[in-house]
Amino acid sequence: MSGGNGVRRIETGALARVEGEGAMHVRIRGEEVLGVELRIYEPPRFFEALLRGRALEEAPDITARICGICPIAYQTSACQAMEDALGIEVTGALRDLRRLIYCGEWIESHTLHLYLLHAPDFLGYESGFAMAADHREVVERGLRAKQAGNRLIETIGGRAIHPVNVRVGGFHRAPERRELEALRPELERCREEAIETVRWCAALEFPELDRDYELVCLRSGREGEYPIDDGRIASSRGIDIAPAGFDATFEEQHVAHSTALHARVRERGSYLTGPLARFGLNRERLSPLATDAAAEAGIGAGCSNPFRSIIVRAVEILYAFDEALRLIDAYERPEVPAVAYEPRAGIGHGVSEAPRGMLYHRYEIDDAGEIVSAWIVPPTSQNQRSIEEDLSEFVAANVRLPDDELQRRCEQTIRNYDPCISCSTHFLKLEVERD
Amino acid sequence: MSAERLLIGLGNELRGDDAAGLLVARAARRQRTAGIGVVEREGEPIDLIGDWERARAVVVADAVDSGGEPGRVYRVDAATGPLPAAFAGPSTHALGLADAIELARALDRLPARLVVFGIEGGSFTAGAEPIPAVVAAADAVAAAALAELGAAARD
Repeated sequence: MSGGNGVRRIETGALARVEGEGAMHVRIRGEEVLGVELRIYEPPRFFEALLRGRALEEAPDITARICGICPIAYQTSACQAMEDALGIEVTGALRDLRRLIYCGEWIESHTLHLYLLHAPDFLGYESGFAMAADHREVVERGLRAKQAGNRLIETIGGRAIHPVNVRVGGFHRAPERRELEALRPELERCREEAIETVRWCAALEFPELDRDYELVCLRSGREGEYPIDDGRIASSRGIDIAPAGFDATFEEQHVAHSTALHARVRERGSYLTGPLARFGLNRERLSPLATDAAAEAGIGAGCSNPFRSIIVRAVEILYAFDEALRLIDAYERPEVPAVAYEPRAGIGHGVSEAPRGMLYHRYEIDDAGEIVSAWIVPPTSQNQRSIEEDLSEFVAANVRLPDDELQRRCEQTIRNYDPCISCSTHFLKLEVERD
Repeated sequence: MSAERLLIGLGNELRGDDAAGLLVARAARRQRTAGIGVVEREGEPIDLIGDWERARAVVVADAVDSGGEPGRVYRVDAATGPLPAAFAGPSTHALGLADAIELARALDRLPARLVVFGIEGGSFTAGAEPIPAVVAAADAVAAAALAELGAAARD
């Protein structure tokens, strides 16, 4: 539509198929994109203030409440930050168990996004359930995978949403090997189906967009391990730091149009975190099964088209099933469910790879184990600038598209990121203005 | 949950009146529920499809934020048609209860009987307690839900 001042404008109400609430505003004069703003209007969550004065043990359970989609990510980053402050290390079977429950979260979160939120964009459906009527077998496959992820989280975490078994130092109770073994048949079936999902995604039609991102993600210190639960922070432009170096390397800025802070590399600018970054910097660390599937899907040499992130997510789902089965094979119940510790004053940093990108926590605790300060940087706030830049480039290249088609493609561009607005506010309606 | 008759309370305990569905489930447990499964769900409503997989009759209780009088109760026969707009308020969930029901309908995975009770909330503030009108409505909905599921036993 056109605005009264001659500016061409397209508006969308609250953007559908993303987590939380936000809006998008695009201004165009002729064929020039004047500006793109991702406006996050979900109220700030104030979790960092809520944590002050709480016991260190409460951080994993409180921060897990920031998001119903990725509570394990919040629990893991919180635990690791506290363990860093306390000077303890979670290793062996306890660390493997932490990685295993995280595989469950990747599976359930990626599957929900791929099948029900993102795939409808590529096939021209308004919603996942509209797509389900014509692609029943595909959606059923997605629901099976999601349920398998839920069961994995439930078995280790006590329940599928906001698990209650995760604690600083490990777990309240370590599962028996037979409990994990019982998951094998469903995980094996879903692993086979995940290969089909990679093929299915690769056959979709993708809009053209080639971006030169600075990719930022974790890189595991363990040989041959794709990053999920820990590692050093690395980038495609030379960053290689321990989690403690986050503050010196990245900064958050308040922008007027959003209640979420924008993160950037200090003195450089935007960066990309999430599946494309992980795949870009770590694809040689995927399992042989996932590597072969990526190669067959045509992304074996890398992927810089954000629309193809759906293929990367499918590869990561396959990897998560494969890795979960590997971890179950190797599992031996630890003698104690958690590493013991004594409270002490300190500062700790924790980073893990939430399904949609890197999640950083920093806490300061006093000698009684009380939280003095908390700083949480979720993936969507790190990706906001990249989302705006993607939109700017995509609109510039497709400015002659009719308004309704341009609007639809802009929404799809945003959903490439599986943005979690609930997490970042700490987010969408779409509006395009043209001269 | 493999019960043939199932009451599902949906909500968020930490968001004031958003806990309404959870309160319904707890009130139902305090009453006689022989043969009726009662579960609380805080997460993605899409997971309800797995919950009611083997159920013949299901009642779902959830909070509603449509600007109506707090404590007002809505009853919808969801087996015969979609939920009204009042049930589609803002949510941190990517897919809400209405979406889950329509997905299940598209996949022929709806239970034969599916009734949704909505309780109008007044305050969804983080950390707040549910208001008295919502607590009272939850007790009434629990009784009504058990009556619906009791009647289903005689089908």
